[in-house]
Amino acid sequence: MDNSSDATGVRIGMWLFLYSEIILFGGLFVLYAVYFHNYAADFVEGGRQLDRVIGALNTIILLISSFTVAASITAVRRQQKRWAQGLLAFSCGCGALFLVNKYLEWGAKFHHDLYPNSATLVDGPPGQNIFFGLYYVITGLHALHVIIGMSLLAWSLIGVSNGKVNQLHFGRLENSGLYWHLVDLIWIFVFPLFYLVL
Amino acid sequence: MSATPSFFQTPSPPGLTGIKAWLLTHDHKRLGLMYLWAVLFWFVVALTVGFLIRIELMSMGRTIMSAEVYNSAFTLHGVIMIFLFVIPGIPAIFGNFFLPIQLGTDDVFFPRLNLLSWYLYMIGGLLALISLFTAGGFPDTGWTFYVPFSVGTNNNVSLTVFAAFILGMSSMLTGLNFITTVHRMRIKTMGWMQIPLFTWSLYATAWVQLLATPVISITLVLVIFERFFQIGLFDPDRGGDPILYQHLFWMYSHPAVYVMILPGMGVISEIIPTFSRKAIFGYKAIVASSLGIAVAGSLVWAHHMYTSGMSDVAVFVFSLLTFLVAIPTAVKVFSWVSTLYRASIEMTPPLLYGLIFIYLFSVGGLTGLVLGAAGTDIHVHDTHFVVAHFHFTMFGGTGFAFFAALHYWWPKMFGVMYNFKRAYLAATLATVGFMFHYVPMFILGLKGMPRRYYDYLPQFSQGNSLAAVGGLLLFSGIILMLVNLVLSLRSRQVAAANPWGGCTLEWSVPSPPPLHNFVSEPRVMAYPYDFSEIIARESQGK
Repeated sequence: MDNSSDATGVRIGMWLFLYSEIILFGGLFVLYAVYFHNYAADFVEGGRQLDRVIGALNTIILLISSFTVAASITAVRRQQKRWAQGLLAFSCGCGALFLVNKYLEWGAKFHHDLYPNSATLVDGPPGQNIFFGLYYVITGLHALHVIIGMSLLAWSLIGVSNGKVNQLHFGRLENSGLYWHLVDLIWIFVFPLFYLVL
Repeated sequence: MSATPSFFQTPSPPGLTGIKAWLLTHDHKRLGLMYLWAVLFWFVVALTVGFLIRIELMSMGRTIMSAEVYNSAFTLHGVIMIFLFVIPGIPAIFGNFFLPIQLGTDDVFFPRLNLLSWYLYMIGGLLALISLFTAGGFPDTGWTFYVPFSVGTNNNVSLTVFAAFILGMSSMLTGLNFITTVHRMRIKTMGWMQIPLFTWSLYATAWVQLLATPVISITLVLVIFERFFQIGLFDPDRGGDPILYQHLFWMYSHPAVYVMILPGMGVISEIIPTFSRKAIFGYKAIVASSLGIAVAGSLVWAHHMYTSGMSDVAVFVFSLLTFLVAIPTAVKVFSWVSTLYRASIEMTPPLLYGLIFIYLFSVGGLTGLVLGAAGTDIHVHDTHFVVAHFHFTMFGGTGFAFFAALHYWWPKMFGVMYNFKRAYLAATLATVGFMFHYVPMFILGLKGMPRRYYDYLPQFSQGNSLAAVGGLLLFSGIILMLVNLVLSLRSRQVAAANPWGGCTLEWSVPSPPPLHNFVSEPRVMAYPYDFSEIIARESQGK
């Protein structure tokens, strides 16, 4: 009854799960597409109010962390335990940095009275309300996934430290890594849709 | 009977005794039975609520409940029936129990995930129960949770919607588990065209579960967000579009209809050949139509929205696609009937339920075309005609397939045989009641009685009182059926390993099956419905 030896099967299961996550965000992207069609001008205006520097910084942070997660798998396979631990800790740090940036960004928006049900959004043009509504829902849900991803990476880090994740059995790390790449991938779509909309 | 201990008797490892041997089990058979009792509990609850709704409508004005309670009652009936009975029913109980056995293996691919799915199911049910008695009471929105009402009403929508979210996750993980199991755990000697049709239908269903469920998840999350943060994504005053909610909702909920019916069709595809002692007509066509229904069924969601204000082009396209779904469905019905033609039919309770299924489901399917055609739909949209139609498919279809499965696999699951006479009586009672219950609703709907209304005009009173009488017969028939099954556990009339003469792998193992399912290496036949050996053995016996 122990199937942990069938790495291919475990991977199939993980990919199916990732697929369902993409559909989850897909529903939100459908909303985005329809509303962008309805309120193109307001969306462009909304995009100008977001901080592109922080957005670009966060994109770079996630890309780097994706690389370090992939590198940690290679390190585990080469039995470089120290390296793997360092790389995973660094990836978790990147995730934390991403969240700090997000916090600063949201804080600034709140300061400008741009948050769900705020006076500015309720009285402003409807397209602006929808743009920021979607912005908070999508980036909020994404941030939640970043937190889940960081927990999985931390769990893998524990596994590497106590030897449960090693050069023969690294399914936990590999699947956590896959999840982290998904988090990264979704951001790659979110970033242009909100920050670079022209 | 072989002397191998069944999975009931196999001693548990230390630390996993007593109730823990069930609550912490990874065994797919035990999980299947745990689902069985939970699902039956919810089924009886929702059945009773449905019965009370009918009593309320029996006569004009207030009969037994207030209008507010009535609104919550039909929502409760819908939510429980859909999310806690019809969707999980066949896959979670019979799928869990028999999919691994039919594939010649000892468990599903992710046994621990399977246990998690069961807990998610139980938590979802518990949350639904809690929402009944807290903060404003159970929602009065109908099971569709349409905005803007679901966002504005004071009832406990958030918790109920969250329960549905959890239940969706449980169903999705079960689907994920089944797909992986079919691909990776199938015994090496079994090719794709040697898989029994029940397992094939579960495989097709699992893909729909996996593809569609995340869409409802995100939609339900958005309803919760709207209630807490008033974002306005579906509020026309704030630039939102309420129709978009309906699109997202049905993008899952229509495919979910096929999650409900496909496993039922799989059950019938097992039962018909077994009691015909004849290879099923068009095995490959049935497999292809299962997949065809899964694909085409995912593209027809907007036929629930003809009157919501879509463009005419969209109505036309969705109407056409809806008609296309009828083709693979008809392929199945014709294949079952052709299998029965010139067969040596042995009448048993499971077959009777199966035959009732074919009849009721065909009526449900054909009236579906009345609704799928945009022109006629405008006339009967949101009337009792719709109520009758989907009860013919969901209850007459999936419900009776579920009963057929119960009677077909009961001896295998528990090793006991039930009383045939009572089973026949219950089936007849339920079917006669069913017809008197739902046929008047077709007529009421055509005459214009809207669904979900608390009260009605005098011209509708005859039909409604007739439906109440039918409801009583139906209700007592089903209770009799369940009582008969439960009584068999007490009388303990031992069932043979293969009481029906079936030839899929579950009939080659003892009843109930041993812990690891197979005593010896399972022997896969070149064609899963080859009855020549069974017939030879039977004729020798005579």
